Amino acid sequence: MSHHKIEVKDLHFSYPDGHKAVKGLDFSIHHGEAVGIIGANGAGKSTLLMLLMGVLFPEKGEVLVGDVHVTRKTLSVIRQRLGMVFQDPDDQLFMTTVYDDVAFGPRNYGLDEKEVEGRVLQALEMVGILHLKDRAPFKLSGGEKRAAAIASVLSMQPDVLIMDEPTAALDPKSRRRVMNLMKGFEHTKIITSHDLDMVFDVCKRVIVIKDGRIAADGSAADILANAGLMDECGLELPLSLQKCPVCGRDAGLVPYS
Amino acid sequence: MNNPNIINSIYNMRLLDEAALKTTAVHRIHPLVKLVTTLAYLVVVVSFGKYETGRLLPFLFYPVVIFAFAELPVISMLKRILIVEPLIIGIGILNPLFDRQAVMFAGVLVPGGWVAFLSIFIKCSLTVTAALLLIATTGMDKLALALRMLKVPRLFVLQLLLTYRYISVLMEEVGRSLKAYSLKAPEHKGVQRSAWGPLAGQLILRTFDRAQRVYQAMCLRGFNGEYNTGGNIRLRSADLGYLAGWVLLFISLKRYDIPLIIGSLLTGVVK
Repeated sequence: MSHHKIEVKDLHFSYPDGHKAVKGLDFSIHHGEAVGIIGANGAGKSTLLMLLMGVLFPEKGEVLVGDVHVTRKTLSVIRQRLGMVFQDPDDQLFMTTVYDDVAFGPRNYGLDEKEVEGRVLQALEMVGILHLKDRAPFKLSGGEKRAAAIASVLSMQPDVLIMDEPTAALDPKSRRRVMNLMKGFEHTKIITSHDLDMVFDVCKRVIVIKDGRIAADGSAADILANAGLMDECGLELPLSLQKCPVCGRDAGLVPYS
Repeated sequence: MNNPNIINSIYNMRLLDEAALKTTAVHRIHPLVKLVTTLAYLVVVVSFGKYETGRLLPFLFYPVVIFAFAELPVISMLKRILIVEPLIIGIGILNPLFDRQAVMFAGVLVPGGWVAFLSIFIKCSLTVTAALLLIATTGMDKLALALRMLKVPRLFVLQLLLTYRYISVLMEEVGRSLKAYSLKAPEHKGVQRSAWGPLAGQLILRTFDRAQRVYQAMCLRGFNGEYNTGGNIRLRSADLGYLAGWVLLFISLKRYDIPLIIGSLLTGVVK
């Protein structure tokens, strides 16, 4: 399944104001992997996602999705394969009903209305908000909006799901629901977040970015438990790995139980 | 207390979107048919001369029927129409000053300027109502589809749709900025002049950013300039009947003074 592989080779990017956001990233992500990309604010995570999606183009280096280079000419193919969920669902939901919003992508790819309907209902079913299909997106709660935004990407049946802060601004129960949802997907997943417990729970592999460079790349259990590395990169141990605030003993939540 | 007004405006704007989601007989009429009917209505209404005020009154029939059959919220829709009334008065108010010629109106000699003013007022109210009714029974998306069927260039239709979409984006940002301002300046009434510049500047930058993100989200889902709103809807015979019925009515109201005919018939009967 080589067409689900994402390769990033010596990626460099500067913003027009001269700020160098990405300074030589190298990694590859294989089919079915769940990878968390973490780092302090301004480390270059969001820029990296934009480069993967072809919203921005690198000044040096390249991004390969399967065997296809991300260039202006291949955007249509790339964007069918990669689905991105934005940090703020309000940016992503712009039609008048949830149904139309989820149907927006498939309709743009010229599918006939029967097929569109099938995909929309399937996507809404997967995220558990089929009952909201005729509601206006702006009337939904935060968790429901997030689910709708995820459905709007799933309806395009992407091979890879890219999510920017999927659990930000969610209440604990909604956060758990979104996490369970993500764990249920068999897609290749790339998730950026500051919610390290979520990353620990959902991702097997973690890439730490610091000042536009990769500071560490390895298994989530090794990296997220490395207090020195985390501190150096402006992060902390996940709460589940910190000492219990009541009895002072090491907390020992084990992911993937 | 600026902030709640702005937020209310957003909800008011969405009222039209919500009204368009209903499924009454009027809503089910083909969008193209409704667009053409509305255009016909507009053309006929504005085609009357400036002293033919009385002839305009029968045209109230159309909005009344649509209001009733489309089950639209009358009060909140009328409030919207009221918003444009000051503008209409501004346009027409000079008529009574300059046009002092006497004309017969309802059997009385009155200054022509006032008759012309009344005529402008009624025309504008009717046309604005018709346009609002079109949006409230069709929705922007389907309206865009109808415009595309009329071969209106893609760019114009897109411009219309995105402007409509971004108005709420802009208003949300305005709402946030004003909330932040009022929390930091609790004793000020409104926004102080010294803050106008920075506030407007910030607003435009933030709105650009937000609009950019919305656009990116659209592009990432395969948006290529064509707004697809769910395939072509077929024309049914009911649609054609609707179109023919209204257009015939408008044309006969234009050609014959139907209230006069009915009136003379009645008075004839009485005599």
